[in-house]
Amino acid sequence: MNLWASIRVALTALRVNALRSALAMLGIIIGVASVIVLVSISEGTKRAVEEQIASFGANLLIIRPGSSIFGGRRGGAGSAPPMTDGDVLAIRDEVAGLSSVSGEVRTATSVVFAGANWQTSIYGVNTEYFEARSWIIDEGRTFSPAEDNASRRLAVVGQTIVNELFDGASPIGQVIRVGGQPFEVIGTVEAKGESNFGTDQDDIIFVPLKSARSRLGAGQRPPTPDPVNAIYADVSAGEDIDRVIADIQDLLRIRRDIAPGASDDFNVSSLAEFIRARNETENQLGLLLAVGAGIVLLVGGIGIMNIMLVSVTERTREIGLRLAVGARRRDIRNQFLIESIVLCMIGGALGLAAGIGGTALYANVGQLEIVVSPLIVGIAVGASLFVGVFFGLYPAQRAAGLNPIDALRFE
Amino acid sequence: MSALIECEDITKIYAMGDTEIRALDGVSVSIEAGEYVAVMGASGSGKSTFMNLLGALDQPTSGMLRVDGRELERLGPDDLAEFRSHSIGFVFQQFNLLPRTSAVENAALPLVYAGVPAGQRRKRAMARLDQVGLAERSHHHPKQLSGGQQQRVAIARALVNDPAIILADEPTGALDSRTSEEVMRIFDGLNRQGITVILVTHEQEVADHARRQIVFRDGKIVEDRA
Repeated sequence: MNLWASIRVALTALRVNALRSALAMLGIIIGVASVIVLVSISEGTKRAVEEQIASFGANLLIIRPGSSIFGGRRGGAGSAPPMTDGDVLAIRDEVAGLSSVSGEVRTATSVVFAGANWQTSIYGVNTEYFEARSWIIDEGRTFSPAEDNASRRLAVVGQTIVNELFDGASPIGQVIRVGGQPFEVIGTVEAKGESNFGTDQDDIIFVPLKSARSRLGAGQRPPTPDPVNAIYADVSAGEDIDRVIADIQDLLRIRRDIAPGASDDFNVSSLAEFIRARNETENQLGLLLAVGAGIVLLVGGIGIMNIMLVSVTERTREIGLRLAVGARRRDIRNQFLIESIVLCMIGGALGLAAGIGGTALYANVGQLEIVVSPLIVGIAVGASLFVGVFFGLYPAQRAAGLNPIDALRFE
Repeated sequence: MSALIECEDITKIYAMGDTEIRALDGVSVSIEAGEYVAVMGASGSGKSTFMNLLGALDQPTSGMLRVDGRELERLGPDDLAEFRSHSIGFVFQQFNLLPRTSAVENAALPLVYAGVPAGQRRKRAMARLDQVGLAERSHHHPKQLSGGQQQRVAIARALVNDPAIILADEPTGALDSRTSEEVMRIFDGLNRQGITVILVTHEQEVADHARRQIVFRDGKIVEDRA
């Protein structure tokens, strides 16, 4: 009996009991759909993380003051004395394996240009900051170390500022008022878009660190004369990040006069660690969901097996007849196996459609970019085929093993 | 030359729990090609078991059974299937047609397993339906046919692969007497064309169509008359 004839017989059998077939398929539909949603979302998330790494820099170290202990009482994060310009210079000059180092102070204020005003974040940074944080100059230039040291009133603006204050026109050479003081725009940076946390990363103005501190009052922490909120250091490609972190820690312990045995009052953290931790969580979540999808498929498969056993019982006489007119046992087995596979494949196709729909829905809500890949279609077909064969084999064997006479006499 | 069917000392024992049932108990008989035989007996006499053995739906517990040149007790499952496909045409009391399947497709079913290409299957099935007078109803489904017509489709199916032997198990058991006569006349015609026809029946009127009557009782042949 050829394949096409078997498929036709199978389709007829399924059509006759359309409702029953649909119910039997339900498990497969749900199973395949959930597998597809899972794969799509995990792919989409992976892509988002990769983009985040690209925009942030995987080798970036962030150095911040930690908590202080004063009279046995521990302060909160950042309560320890701040980092200083001296620390920035010391790390840059004394720690090997860093490609760029910059301090950062932040403040928020309103900026005004030609009657338009806008509340935004002001970042006071050193020249190497742009390199360390992977900001790419779109137009114009950044400020030089000399301009930074001289507290010059210069600004590099993000794309949101370009749009909001300048209506998209080139702002180079224009003077904006930042916190009441005139700053000349000398450059723009390329857009980074929304961060993972939903904030607009392009709503930003960079100014020289020293002018942010002295002219805008950013990061002031008396009695420290030259505080910075954080230091960003980019580890050169190929360097051992753990070794660089250890070097920085040693250097800062000396500079901050921490007694041997006392704990650090600062943190050196890397994004790589964060990403690693996040990936681990994601992998565990993915595993959990995969197990869930597997269970649904298992239950769906049992449903298929059940319905195939019913079908075999109902068609016992037909099986007897087929054997009597010359069908071999494998013809009977193949017929029922094909029926099971057809049932599962239809379920898989419906599951694929439902899965794509569900993914689109999630993508809409979760604001993730979701791509339906050939991989997903492959998974749907593969899972359906597997369930069809695995759970169809036993009923099919049972049909094939029937004794012709008993089958013919079956009432 | 040996007979078409040769049985030597055949027994068939069914185990029913602790007790053994001797459905056939030392049956020896031979049937020549072209014979028209009625196998008779009360229910439980062993006639159906005998029929099933001839058609290779079952195998004897002991004894020698040669049909159409093959010793059936020596064949494996696939060879038995092949034997049924080429040597035997079955006709059943309950017709056993596939529902929701047209008459021509029903008649063509044995050719599917004989590996005949689809186009030829149809042509040969149509020729056999024509032979039993149902050509114009070839696309009807079993439900749309009367009992007599259904049995004629079943006969067309039995004939389609040109078997040496037609085995009919109570072929008129589900039909009224007038329709039974029509069906029996088809068997008469087939036998006149040289096909060996063996039918199991407990009705004397049906058995009278045959030229030889074999009567079973308690697993043994008690009468064999021409």
